[in-house]
Amino acid sequence: MATEILMPALSPTMEEGTLAKWLVKEGDTVASGDIMAEIETDKATMEFEAVDEGVIGKILVAEGTEGVKVNTPIAVLLEDGESADDVAAAAPAAAPVESAPAPQAAPAAEAPAAPQVDSSPDWPDGTAMKQQTVREALRDGMAEEMRRDDTVFLMGEEVAEYQGAYKISQGMLDEFGPKRVIDTPITEHGFAGIGVGAAFGGLRPIVEFMTFNFAMQAIDHIINSAAKTLYMSGGQMGAPMVFRGPNGAAARVGAQHSQDYAAWYMQIPGLKVAMPYSASDYKGLMKTAIRDPNPVIFLENEILYGRTFDVPDLDDYTVPFGKARIWREGTDVTIVSFGIGMTYALEAADKLAEDGISAEVIDLRTLRPMDTPAILKSVMKTNRLVTVEEGWPQGSVGNYISSVVMQEAFDYLDAPVINCTGKDVPMPYAANLEKHALLTTDEVIAAVKKVTYT
Amino acid sequence: MAAKKATPKKPNVSADELKAYYRDMLLIRRFEEKAGQLYGMGLIGGFCHLYIGQEAVVVGLEAAAEEGDKRITSYRDHGHMLACGMDPNGVMAELTGREGGYSKGKGGSMHMFSKEKHFYGGHGIVAAQVPLGAGLAFADKYQDNGRVTFTYFGDGAANQGQVYETFNMAALWQLPCVFVIENNQYAMGTSQQRSTSSAEIWERGKAFGIPGEAVDGMDVLAVKAAGETAVAHCRAGKGPYILEIKTYRYRGHSMSDPAKYRTREEVQKMRDERDPIAAVRTMLIDGKHASEEDLKAIDKEIKEIVNQSAEFAKDSPEPHLDELWTDIYAELEEA
Repeated sequence: MATEILMPALSPTMEEGTLAKWLVKEGDTVASGDIMAEIETDKATMEFEAVDEGVIGKILVAEGTEGVKVNTPIAVLLEDGESADDVAAAAPAAAPVESAPAPQAAPAAEAPAAPQVDSSPDWPDGTAMKQQTVREALRDGMAEEMRRDDTVFLMGEEVAEYQGAYKISQGMLDEFGPKRVIDTPITEHGFAGIGVGAAFGGLRPIVEFMTFNFAMQAIDHIINSAAKTLYMSGGQMGAPMVFRGPNGAAARVGAQHSQDYAAWYMQIPGLKVAMPYSASDYKGLMKTAIRDPNPVIFLENEILYGRTFDVPDLDDYTVPFGKARIWREGTDVTIVSFGIGMTYALEAADKLAEDGISAEVIDLRTLRPMDTPAILKSVMKTNRLVTVEEGWPQGSVGNYISSVVMQEAFDYLDAPVINCTGKDVPMPYAANLEKHALLTTDEVIAAVKKVTYT
Repeated sequence: MAAKKATPKKPNVSADELKAYYRDMLLIRRFEEKAGQLYGMGLIGGFCHLYIGQEAVVVGLEAAAEEGDKRITSYRDHGHMLACGMDPNGVMAELTGREGGYSKGKGGSMHMFSKEKHFYGGHGIVAAQVPLGAGLAFADKYQDNGRVTFTYFGDGAANQGQVYETFNMAALWQLPCVFVIENNQYAMGTSQQRSTSSAEIWERGKAFGIPGEAVDGMDVLAVKAAGETAVAHCRAGKGPYILEIKTYRYRGHSMSDPAKYRTREEVQKMRDERDPIAAVRTMLIDGKHASEEDLKAIDKEIKEIVNQSAEFAKDSPEPHLDELWTDIYAELEEA
């Protein structure tokens, strides 16, 4: 059967083009791969090759013709034994595909209503508690999961023989051996990629970055390889793994070692992001992170590593993702924070109480998923909100929370939301400058006083 | 450890095997031509990187693979998927962005996967698949399952830093990974000469103690023989192996490539003198392993498969809009 040769689209954006030159004439025999014509697209002059073999029966569009729409028949190809008279009988061209209707908008903001909040306690009443540092709780969380599941392993710089650059993995090499506690070379891009590949291959890697500043070398694998593969594969395979390490400022380590990446990772669909404050949450969220079938970013804090908290003395203590913890109930203002920001939030609440201001303090614990219902429920009670984080102000976690609250609880607000953040500067080294660049408790107190008009 | 000498050519194959390679290479060639045609009709959008000219690479290496071995590659991935036995209908329907595609239309030409066939993508960031492939090999070694991973990348990707980070760890940890450099001589529009300090890319492995060799990628039997050497090395627990397979891409880098960086004569000369499919055809006919009629029957069978895949890819519906919101997170399986 005669086949119509159609004006091809030769670039992702081409809608029409110029048929610059025919390199074949009527009666010529062409084979697959022969160049038939030169076509000028919106980008360049391209050669147009034959796909099928046959004889050029008729040229329908003369060379030099401009503005030839894609899919216009430009020639007719005949098979053996056909004549140009058959041309009229040529099959009509396939109709171009109609573009899909506009995608549905994201679920519309719900009318202000009592948000559904899970406010169950993290552990049963009467549970025995023990005192642990964040460092110990984190190690226990990892070690318990490694005992439970042979596919879990830890890799990173200095995690094994050195016992961890920050001593998080102390003792783990002894217990689990070099097969499961693996020292890597200093090669973040490479070992992050190997970790993701190992997760594709059925393991449950914990990839430690000595700090998240160094994970910038590996961010392509975290986002393009780990976060997106489940979606790109139509659900066939993904990367069940944890990327962990200290995040944010330590002390006097300068601009390249002090960044808070909470807002960066929080933006990525496909990732889950935890940023705990207390030792019990470090342990319970780490165990949940390792069991989660998705890539989890676990943002720790060097200053918190040495802090001591109560940790429930339970055999298998886990904390669910997406459930905030209310550290302090209050009536006058809601302070929302996470990670080391909680230090300032809780200190501020103590001092504000002395002035007769009752602050409710919420620890988000995970940023993706984020327990926005808990924030909304609290704001509907207090009518005022201050967010607290160490990261930079533009595009901050607080910015996102403000937007959610404005859309879903606007009528409940008695004052504009204030985002307390780190200063909009690279971290300086000088002691006095660094102190000014970081967030302070006094700034949180001042923000609360501003929104409570006191 | 010094680099090994190139695997000697040993056309140790049966007539049936030779016919199978002819068929598999022809399937890729005709499939890609059809994909180019559908692109021209607007049925395939975005980027579409055709494999025409490079067919002997994947067909030769798949002949050296065993069940359970893994493979991972870049965005020029259609040939790899067909060669490892993925369904042409599912691949073509992914190209057209339809529900029947391997990724339900959500991945496209560059992002397809098959757990069943141990095909791990389909990756769009040049060289990102190299550490990922080493990671698959890491998982195999960890599980001590005797499997090997074929990690394909191009001469262009060979200049990315993460390749050498990976070589270092793969050698250090003795990972069972065959690094396959598909050297088609052009990184998009930049020739190897203009981009790469080494004339022989595989020799870079020497710095890490990884053996390797250069292979004639237009000769499917040479590729198979080299693949067998590499696989035996990996399976014996000796660590990674590099194959630099010298091949040639007939078409542009992607569909919108005017290919002004090389002459038409250069392309035509390769097609006329070095075509991997024509070479096997000659072997079959001259060796009297197949008649013209036998080969015509194969041609006809392939044409039907490819036409059917195109019909399937046109008829399969676009994904339901609900699919926009699925597969972002995996659910925790209940214990």
